[in-house]
This record gives sequence, structure tokens and C-alpha cells, in this order.
Amino acid sequence: MSAADVAQPAPVPQPATGAAPEPHAAPPAERGRTERRHGQVRGLGPGPVTRWAVAIVVGGLFALPILSMLEFTLRDGDGHSLARWAALLDPDNAARYAPLWQGLRNSLVLAAVTVAIVLLLLAPTMILVTLRFPALRRPLELVALLPISLPAIVLVVGLAPVYLFIGRTFGTGVWPLALAYGVTAMPYAYRAIQASIDATGVRTLAEAARTLGAGWPTVLLRVLAPNLRGGLLAASLISVAVVLGEFTIASLLARQNLQTALLVVNRQDAYAAVILSLLSLLLVLVLLLLIGRVGARGGRGARTEGP
Amino acid sequence: MTTTATSAEPAVLAREGVAVTFEGVVKDYGSTRVLRGLDLQVRPGELVSLLGPSGCGKTTALRVLAGLEHATEGAVRIGGQDVSGVATHRRDIGMVFQAYSLFPHLTVVANTMFGLRRRRVPRAEAARRAAEALELVGLGHLAERYPHQLSGGQQQRVALARALVTAPKVLLLDEPLSALDAKVRSGLRDEIRRLQLRLGITTIFVTHDQEEALAVSDRIAVMDSGRIEQLGTPEELYLRPATPTVAAFVGLSSVVPAQVTGGAAHVLGTVVPVLGDRADGPAEAFLRPENVRLLDATATQGVPGTVEESMFLGSLRRTLVRTVDGDLVRVQHRAEDKVGFGDTVRVALDDVPVAVR
Repeated sequence: MSAADVAQPAPVPQPATGAAPEPHAAPPAERGRTERRHGQVRGLGPGPVTRWAVAIVVGGLFALPILSMLEFTLRDGDGHSLARWAALLDPDNAARYAPLWQGLRNSLVLAAVTVAIVLLLLAPTMILVTLRFPALRRPLELVALLPISLPAIVLVVGLAPVYLFIGRTFGTGVWPLALAYGVTAMPYAYRAIQASIDATGVRTLAEAARTLGAGWPTVLLRVLAPNLRGGLLAASLISVAVVLGEFTIASLLARQNLQTALLVVNRQDAYAAVILSLLSLLLVLVLLLLIGRVGARGGRGARTEGP
Repeated sequence: MTTTATSAEPAVLAREGVAVTFEGVVKDYGSTRVLRGLDLQVRPGELVSLLGPSGCGKTTALRVLAGLEHATEGAVRIGGQDVSGVATHRRDIGMVFQAYSLFPHLTVVANTMFGLRRRRVPRAEAARRAAEALELVGLGHLAERYPHQLSGGQQQRVALARALVTAPKVLLLDEPLSALDAKVRSGLRDEIRRLQLRLGITTIFVTHDQEEALAVSDRIAVMDSGRIEQLGTPEELYLRPATPTVAAFVGLSSVVPAQVTGGAAHVLGTVVPVLGDRADGPAEAFLRPENVRLLDATATQGVPGTVEESMFLGSLRRTLVRTVDGDLVRVQHRAEDKVGFGDTVRVALDDVPVAVR
């Protein structure tokens, strides 16, 4: 599943909030969209049999390895038990699993710094470009989407000398790695944020707020951020997902994160590595589900006032 | 549309009007000059419309006044103070946009309080004043709704309340009615004018709809290509357009060929005075439908013609006549004088001055 798919707000019907909205209050764009969606399902879409067949094949492809992993972690001699899961938390094994917990902690720090980069650097830049420098929008889009076409290994070759310098200047702490992750997460975050900027009349809202006496910080925090909330949350969660799944850059730059730690532990205890992999998959899955919900909610609010 | 029937004077919002001045304002976008030395003095408490076709610079002028655009040259004064270096949020203005300017994440009352809160008015007082302002536009009962639950007309009235609640020095209206349907539009138009007169707030109203401008303005500035063509009361503009552009843009006119000699125009078999100075020779005259009379085919005045179409407009009728010379002339007459396609008639011109080009 690609990030862009996840970030697009799915159209959902408006919930009845208190007093029923007046019939003519619903914007025509929304009505048109709903009709088109229905038309697709009834007229042009595949029949129920085809749909179920596709769902089962695709679902099976995803489920099979995950279920196999689960089965693997439950193996105990000839039978099955939860012993391996329990062992993970056993204080006696703390030393053996220490790299895992350290890797997890590092990954969470990296995720937090990456999200900060997305929210405090990327998002304001995109808003600024939309409001003040619309001519720069295309170039920014190009730059933001570029990392998706660069293999991680190419990034590392370019980043190695930079990190050599960073290592000497800031020490070999793990957080500077988030600078690279900011770059890898950027294409996904960009798409999510841009979708919600496009759906919101950012310019008019900002101008209205300014004429009412709001300075730029107020405009950003009190007017634009709440209306772009869906896109900003989606961008944050997708960044977390990218960071938790990253291996190449960390490994080649000799930093430790969850994925590199998994590899290390895997050499001694394959079961623990698989359990942790399962857990991190589960975490990312939860994040993606959250994005879907958030996108749907944010999308509704934005659509009702987009120009 | 309900009219606001609040009898109590909105003392909170009333404020001494201030003058607004544009002094030689020039605005360039790259190599395109959209304002070419705009001069305009708006008196305290006056409603001045900027009227013109799209691209004439009227919205740019308003945005320069609001500080949303910066003038390339010239100065803008609000209450005598040059605001060129003052940021939008410190200019103490209220502005209503075309549409979609309410904050979607805030309720109607929270939207209305926004400007007060930015001016550090305590929450309780801000809520009270916002409720008053909403009452003023007849929407007190919708205070807890969200913008997407309101109709377009209601949204614009909230936007109006939100702009007025801070008792700003100037009210700027950027085509606030253009996204509404006809009936709501004229209702809100009259309501804006009533409020403006009651509050005595200096107001600049940008519109491309001449009917709107004629109805609500103290004075109208007709703009074309970044300049003011004529500034005057609605009556002045309508009866004595200074330039052909104004004549063509304000009011409905038929344009027919005329012959000018010695300050008089020969048109439709009638000789009428010409507005302004015009050299002798062939020209085109702008004829108002209400200055043209529809006569029987047997009459002796005017020129003969045939009816192309006749529209019933309730209290009156507007008929399009093609004269024997092939010119199309629009005539406004009593609804009782029924004519139909192909009827032979005569059209004549009242003895009023006409604009020529």
C-alpha cells in the first residue's frame, strides 16, 4: 500500500451534528463526488464474486507470511506455547535483548525528531509557498518527491561524508539520523499535507484572520493548523511508519535503530527477532488505520469549505 | 430572507467614521501595471463603491488598502495616517470576502469573537459582544452552528458580523454578494446598507454589478484599466456619464450611430444635446431604454422599425426594436402597451442629453 493512497481523505457521509443542516448548505462538489462513487460501484465496478476473489488472493498474500511468523514464535518443541513471548520479558534474558530495547528507544527518538521536522519545517514551508510564493510550488513539489526515486543506498553514499562531519561536530548520538529520515519521509508527508492544503481555502482563511487582527503565528497555529489537522496528523503518522521500518541508512551509517537491532538479535535468537518484527508490524498497521480515520475526518471538514 | 428588526442602537459598534485616502497609488505585478495612479478621497462615514469590469484593478485597490498587497508607489491613508508601513493585522479594518472566509473549525460565535480575542478583549465580554453583533445580522439563534451548516447568505452575514464586531475604522467589502443567488443578494445588499448607515462606518464596496453599486452607494468610482474613470453620486453617473466607458458600463444602453453637429446629436430622427465636448462628425450614441418612446406605426415622430422581442418585467415591458436603418434599440415602456414579434412601430427619443463616443 502506498503512502499516497493512505493520505488521501476518503469521502464519508456527513454525520448529523445536532440540528440538521439546511439542504442547500451541502456544497455541490460533495454531492457530485458521492454520486460518482455510487455510480462506480453499481455500474462500472467488478461484480461481487470478482471482488471477493481479489480480496482473498491479496489478503492471503499479506496474511500468509504474518501468520507463519506468528506460528513460528509459538513453536515449542513439538507443540506450541507462549514461552518465547514470555522469555522476551524475563529479566534473566535482559542482557541478551538489551540491543532490541535500545534500538526501539532509538527508533522512537528518531520518529519524534522526524515528526518535528515534518511539522515545524516542511508544513510551514509548504504553507508559506502556498500563500506567498505560489510560483515555487512546482519546484518544491519536485524536490519533495525526489527522495522517493532515490534508492536508500544512493542516499547513504551522499550522506556518508555529511555524517562524518556531523559525528565529529555533534557526537555520534542517534538523533542526527532523523535529518536523513526527514528526507526519506518527505515525499509521503508532502503528499498528505498538500492534499489538505488543496482542500482548504488556505489563502482566504489566512487573509480573513489577518484582517481581523491576527499576526502570522496566530494565523498558523489557530487558523491554519486546526483546518489542516487531518493532513498534518496523516503526515506525522506516515513519518513514524517510515522511521520504524528503516534499515538501510541506519545500518550503513553504523547507527542502531529497531531494524538493525532486530538483525543483531536475530543472529542469536531468531524467535525474539520475529516477535519484535511482528510487534512493529502491528504498530505500523495501527498507525495506518489511524491515518485512514484521521484522513476521513479531516477530509470532511476541509471539503465543506474548499473553493 | 428576514430583515433585522432590532430597535436598540448598537452603541457598542457605533464609532466616528474616518476618512480614507488613496494618493497616486500604483501597483505593478511584474511588468503588468494594474493600478495607474489611483486617487480617491472617501469621506468619514461614506459608502463608496469601486465599480468596474473584472481586471480593472478594483479588488487590487481594496487589497492595497487592507495591506494584503503592497503599493508599488503612492500612499494610502486611514484617518489621516499613512498606513503603507503598517501590517494588515494592525490596520484596524474589517473585511468581508467573496465567500468561504469563515473559519470552518470554529462555531459561528467563535468566528465572530475571533477579532475581539485578538484585541485582548476578555472572553466573557467578547462572547457578549459577538452575540450582539450576530443579533444585528439576525443570526443570534445560529451562534452554536458550524459554518458548513449555514447557507451561503447566512455565512456572508456571519462574515459581516465578524467584520463589524470590532468596530473597525473601515469596512472593506470584496464582492461579498457575488456568490449568492439573486434574491438573497438583494436582501443582503439592502441590509448591508442599512447597517452601514446606522453604524456610520466608512465603507469601501468592490463590485462588478452596477445595479448593486447604484443601489447602496453614496458615491461610485467607476474604474477601468487601473484608473478611476468617473467619481460621482449614482445619479450623476447615470444621468451624466463623463466618458463613453462609464456610459456603457452604468445602466443599460443601446448603442446606435449618430451625427454630431455643434454640440447636438442627430439620432433616431431627433436632435438632442450631447454630454461633454465632442467634435462634429459621425459618432455612436448611448440611449437609455427609459429615454426611448414606443409609438404607433402611424405616428410622425422618430423612425420606423419592427419588434424583435418584448420582455414582460412585471411593472413594465422592455422591447427590442430593429429600426429601418438596421440598428437595435431597447425601449422601456408601460406593461399595458403590448407588442409582439414582427409588429411595426416607431421609436423616438426624449429630449434628454445623451452620451456619445
